[in-house]
Amino acid sequence: MKRSFVLFVTLMAVWLLLSGHYNATLIAYGVLSCVGVVALMAHLEILDHEALPAHLGFRLFLYIPWLLKEVVLSNFAVAKVILTPSLPIHPRILRIKASQKTQVGQVAYANSITLTPGTVTLDVRNGHFIVHALTLDSAEGLLSGEMDRRVAHMEVHAAIHEGHAPDTAADIGNRSERS
Amino acid sequence: MMEVGREIGVWILLVAGSVFCVIGGIGMIRLPDFYTRSHAASITDTLGATLILLGLALYSGFNLITVKLFFVLFLLYITSPTAAHALVKAAYSKGLDAPDLEDVTEIGGATSSSADSATLRPDAKGVN
Repeated sequence: MKRSFVLFVTLMAVWLLLSGHYNATLIAYGVLSCVGVVALMAHLEILDHEALPAHLGFRLFLYIPWLLKEVVLSNFAVAKVILTPSLPIHPRILRIKASQKTQVGQVAYANSITLTPGTVTLDVRNGHFIVHALTLDSAEGLLSGEMDRRVAHMEVHAAIHEGHAPDTAADIGNRSERS
Repeated sequence: MMEVGREIGVWILLVAGSVFCVIGGIGMIRLPDFYTRSHAASITDTLGATLILLGLALYSGFNLITVKLFFVLFLLYITSPTAAHALVKAAYSKGLDAPDLEDVTEIGGATSSSADSATLRPDAKGVN
C-alpha cells in the first residue's frame, strides 16, 4: 500500500513537471493515468522492492553524490590517459566479488562500475562480477572495494529499515544463471 | 552584470562539455580494441553530456525546461551504462579477443589486491 502511494506520487510529479499545463481537465487525465498504472502494476504483482526501490530512501542520496564525484574524477583520469602520447593503458579483466545481498544492490553496483569511465562490467555470475579495467589506476580503484562497501552499506541499512529479508545469495546465483 | 556572469558560465560549461565529447572521440580512434574503446565512449556519455546539459540548464534559467533537462540527464545515467554493458557483454560472450581473466576475489584487504598491483607496476612500465 505504501509502495503504491509512493509510485503514484512519483508518477504524478513526473506528469506535472513534463506537461506544464495546469488546468483541471489535464490534471484529471494525469490522475486517471497514474491510478491506472499503479492499479495495473499492483494487479500484475510487480510492485515490489525491485520495481520501486523506495526503501533505499535517503541512503541513495548519500551514495549518489559520492558516485558523481567518482565519475568526474575517473573521467579526468581516462581523458588524461587518452591524451597522453604514449597511451599508458593496461587492460585487464578481473573477476571480483560483489558483497551485495539483494539484486537491487548488485544492479546498483554493476551499473556504478560501468558508469565510471575506466571500468565496465562484462558479466555477473553467482555474486561475482567480471570487469574490464582500462588502466592500473582504475583496476586499483576497483580492487580497493570502496564502491562495493558503499553500495552494500546503502543496501544493508535499507533492508533493516524495510524489515524484509534480502534475497539469499543462492537465489541471486540461480537467477543470473537462468538469464 | 549578473547576465554577463551567467553567459560566461553557460559558455564555460558548453565548451568544457564539447571538449570532453571530442576527447571521447579521440579515444575511440586511439584506443586499440573494442573493450578499451567502450571506456572512451563512456567519457562522452557521462561528463561530456552532463556538462552540456548543465550549460543548457543554466542558459534556460530556472523553469520547467531545466527540470526536463534534468530528466534527460537522469535517463542518460540509467541508460548509458546499460547500453555499454549490453555491448561489451555481447562481445565478451561471443569470445571477442580479450585479456585473460584474473581471479581477484579478495577485496579491500592487504592480501591479493595490493600484492597484485605491486607486481604489476614494473611490468606496466614496460608496456608504456
